[in-house]
Amino acid sequence: MAMTMNGQVQLSASREVVWAKLNDPEVLKSCIPGSEQFDRIAGNEFQAVATVKVGPVKARWKGKVRLSDLDPPNSYRISGEGEGGVAGFAKGGAKVSLSDKDGGTLLTYDVEAQIGGKLAQLGQRLINSAAKKTADDFFIKFAAAVTQPQ
Amino acid sequence: MNATGIGAAVRRKEDQRFVTGKGHYTDDVNRPGQCHAYFLRSPHAHARIKRIETKAAAAMPGVLAVLTGVELAADKIGNLICGWMITSKDGSQMKMAAHPAIAHGKANYVGDPVAVVVAETLAQAKDAAEKVNVDYELLPALADPAKAQSEGAPQIHEIAARNTIYQWHLGEAKAVEVAFNSAKHVTKLDFINNRLVPNAIEPRAAIGEYDSGSESLTLWNTTQNPHVARLVMSAFVGLAPEHKLRVIAPDVGGGFGSKIFIYPEEVVCLWAARKVGRPVKWVAERSEAFLTDAHGRDHVTHAEMAFDAEGKATALRVKTIANLGAYMSTFSSSVPTYLYGTLLSGQYEIPAIYCEVDAVYTNTVPVDAYRGAGRPEATFVVERLIEVGAREMGIDPADLRKKNFIKNFPHQTPVIMTYDAGDYHASLKKALEVADYGGFGKRKRESARHDKLRGIGFSTYIEACGIAPSQAVGSLGCGVGLWESAEVRVNPTGTVEVLTGCHQHGQGHETTFAQVVSERLGIPLENVSVLHGDTDKVQFGMGTYGSRSGAVGISAIVKALDKIEAKAKKVAAHMLEAAEGDIVFADGKFTVAGTDKSSAWGEVALNAYTAHKFAGQELEPGLKEGAFYDPTNFTFPAGCHICEVEVDPQTGESEIVAWTAVDDFGTVINPMIVEGQVHGGIAQGVGQALLEGAVYDKDGQLVTGSLMDYCMPRAHDLPALKVEMTRTPSPSNPLGIKGCGEAGAIAAPVAVINAITDAIGSEDLAMPATAQAVWQALQKAQDRRKAA
Repeated sequence: MAMTMNGQVQLSASREVVWAKLNDPEVLKSCIPGSEQFDRIAGNEFQAVATVKVGPVKARWKGKVRLSDLDPPNSYRISGEGEGGVAGFAKGGAKVSLSDKDGGTLLTYDVEAQIGGKLAQLGQRLINSAAKKTADDFFIKFAAAVTQPQ
Repeated sequence: MNATGIGAAVRRKEDQRFVTGKGHYTDDVNRPGQCHAYFLRSPHAHARIKRIETKAAAAMPGVLAVLTGVELAADKIGNLICGWMITSKDGSQMKMAAHPAIAHGKANYVGDPVAVVVAETLAQAKDAAEKVNVDYELLPALADPAKAQSEGAPQIHEIAARNTIYQWHLGEAKAVEVAFNSAKHVTKLDFINNRLVPNAIEPRAAIGEYDSGSESLTLWNTTQNPHVARLVMSAFVGLAPEHKLRVIAPDVGGGFGSKIFIYPEEVVCLWAARKVGRPVKWVAERSEAFLTDAHGRDHVTHAEMAFDAEGKATALRVKTIANLGAYMSTFSSSVPTYLYGTLLSGQYEIPAIYCEVDAVYTNTVPVDAYRGAGRPEATFVVERLIEVGAREMGIDPADLRKKNFIKNFPHQTPVIMTYDAGDYHASLKKALEVADYGGFGKRKRESARHDKLRGIGFSTYIEACGIAPSQAVGSLGCGVGLWESAEVRVNPTGTVEVLTGCHQHGQGHETTFAQVVSERLGIPLENVSVLHGDTDKVQFGMGTYGSRSGAVGISAIVKALDKIEAKAKKVAAHMLEAAEGDIVFADGKFTVAGTDKSSAWGEVALNAYTAHKFAGQELEPGLKEGAFYDPTNFTFPAGCHICEVEVDPQTGESEIVAWTAVDDFGTVINPMIVEGQVHGGIAQGVGQALLEGAVYDKDGQLVTGSLMDYCMPRAHDLPALKVEMTRTPSPSNPLGIKGCGEAGAIAAPVAVINAITDAIGSEDLAMPATAQAVWQALQKAQDRRKAA
């Protein structure tokens, strides 16, 4: 089943700084809720492992994440697909773009994802709110990360 | 009639054990050394299986085996089959694709098993399943049957071009066309008969056990027909020769058709039990049941009925696309054909009928028989057309029905069936009285005062039950005979054991079958026990579905009882020193006609075994008889249901405020059990009409996969039901029984939709008629009126 989500976050750092953090696997790993692993395997490809719980379905998701359509320091597309074993699968991506605003940076994201298996069967009512919460948790940490010194 | 005989509302003997937790279901069976199976299922609706890595899983604690389709194929375990051959209009045979018990090469629906883990405990099996790594290559999925045949639709099986399994037809296209050309009025409708999840209260379960000493397999299984399961698993799947395979169906908690079929899991449990040398148990979780039990219905239909100037129906034409899912389940092919097209005449004299059915594959779980199986779909077509036709022509719907009813029997319809007996006027007349049809206008005005829209809807349905005779179904493509067997064993003390090839999973056979024996032999009900569901006890039988157990199963018992009586009379003649022809058997006593000399049933039974009064050359000792009964025709239960609803136009919420059911089931053995069957059937039909609907999204994910998203009917969804009966006995079996198990589910959905559409003044309403659907239909109707 399809899931869509979009939003905007105001960050108090320059576009260049935000861009650098968005491309730093260590930052992404520390900000992704439940993240256990986020390792570069080649260029803009990463191997990721995260434990995520959606309603009654809890699983350790393993998959690949790719950065593409890179337009530094303006926008990129982050996409991936993961298998949660018995819990099902998820795949999708987000267009992330940056613009100058109020002395900081406005980050705009637009997510489209497909989920399947047990997650779609049991968790679909909860998937939108779970995704929103995951995004909120990510950006709280990411907002803090962009103000950290390099 | 004696107090516990035919017609007595005896309480069900089996309920004591069911309501006190003493039932014995498959999950209650635990075998020494038993281990547990867990199925890893495809999360994708359509995907190539490139590789399955099982090593890590096999190394997990407690794991005995991790098996995939590769091992299944290597062991030459055969495919599951569909047992009814349908021939297309071009003369070609249906396109049955291979259905391995574990997907091999390609997964074709979400839930298709791709591997099984067998471990000491279920928890260990589940943990290990997380370590199985399946490399899928995703393929575009097809979930919508209406799109299955379009150009560019994903092809699911190579054997079936454009996913088409067969293109079947029935009736006379030419005659229908002629009638339509001269019609005064034509009513046209498009609709979807919504897909349903069966949801028996007991999920499916299986235990396979291998005895290496006797080289035999035993299966405990939630099945409605253990002998057919054994036959298929032996002759087609090839698990063991038939005499080395025992199938036991202990207490089974509901089936509604979904437990007729032979599923992958029981095949795998038997196969795995032999591989690991230990009994292997599997019990479905509710989530698995949603994904893997064969679903019901799922038709996309266009139908038209032609009427002449007097409102007489002159012709009917129907075009249906039937979704059979990813594989052809055991009897799936027969449901949208011989259980559907043949019932399209309804209770009406329709001179010409033509029906076309295309069955298609989709990436969804297989679809097969579900309570009513084809007949609810046929009833929906006919009864919607009649009702809408009446509204369009401005004729009272009851009057239009009367005008078109079949009056003379036997009646040959244009779609194979010969209705042998019925009285459709009688059931309609009684229903109109019970429902106070005359007072409806007043009630409607009363509802309007409370800002509610009141509507009334009819369903004068017909069904065909006890599918038979075997010769006829064989000529239509059925792979088995549809007779039934019975064995009556009289013990020396006069108590009786009846062995039947039927299987009970909620029907109350232990009571009704015993009532027939009690009546016939004049013995108390508690002296009769009914045994079923074990291939080692009952020699062969066809199981229970299609409301066949009364009409066919009881008839076999009656035939065996005839033989018992004949033999017992011989014994009594020797005891009473009279000619056999002078012995009269009545009220449990054998009497020499015209004298007061008699012997009681128990004395005769004992003498049959002591054999003191006759020589072995004259008469064999013992009192045990068997019979196989093959009916001469289907039976044709019919009736009239009237549903009255109140709709809240603000919310679209529909409340069923009154329900009248007048059914003609012929002879009734136990009116209380029959009424219970009617109640249950109506509840299921109301569920289909108002609440239930299995939804796959366009990627083939089941989004109504739990009881949170798939709404089942509850007590508060139904009013107190008024259930009455009319009785025209079936001439096709000795007691005149017609069958009652499916009637409610057949009659109810269309009665509800006819009532709601009457209330809201719009025919544009799909099932399930949720509050949202009704509200939207009301808004659309309003918009149309504004635009006009």
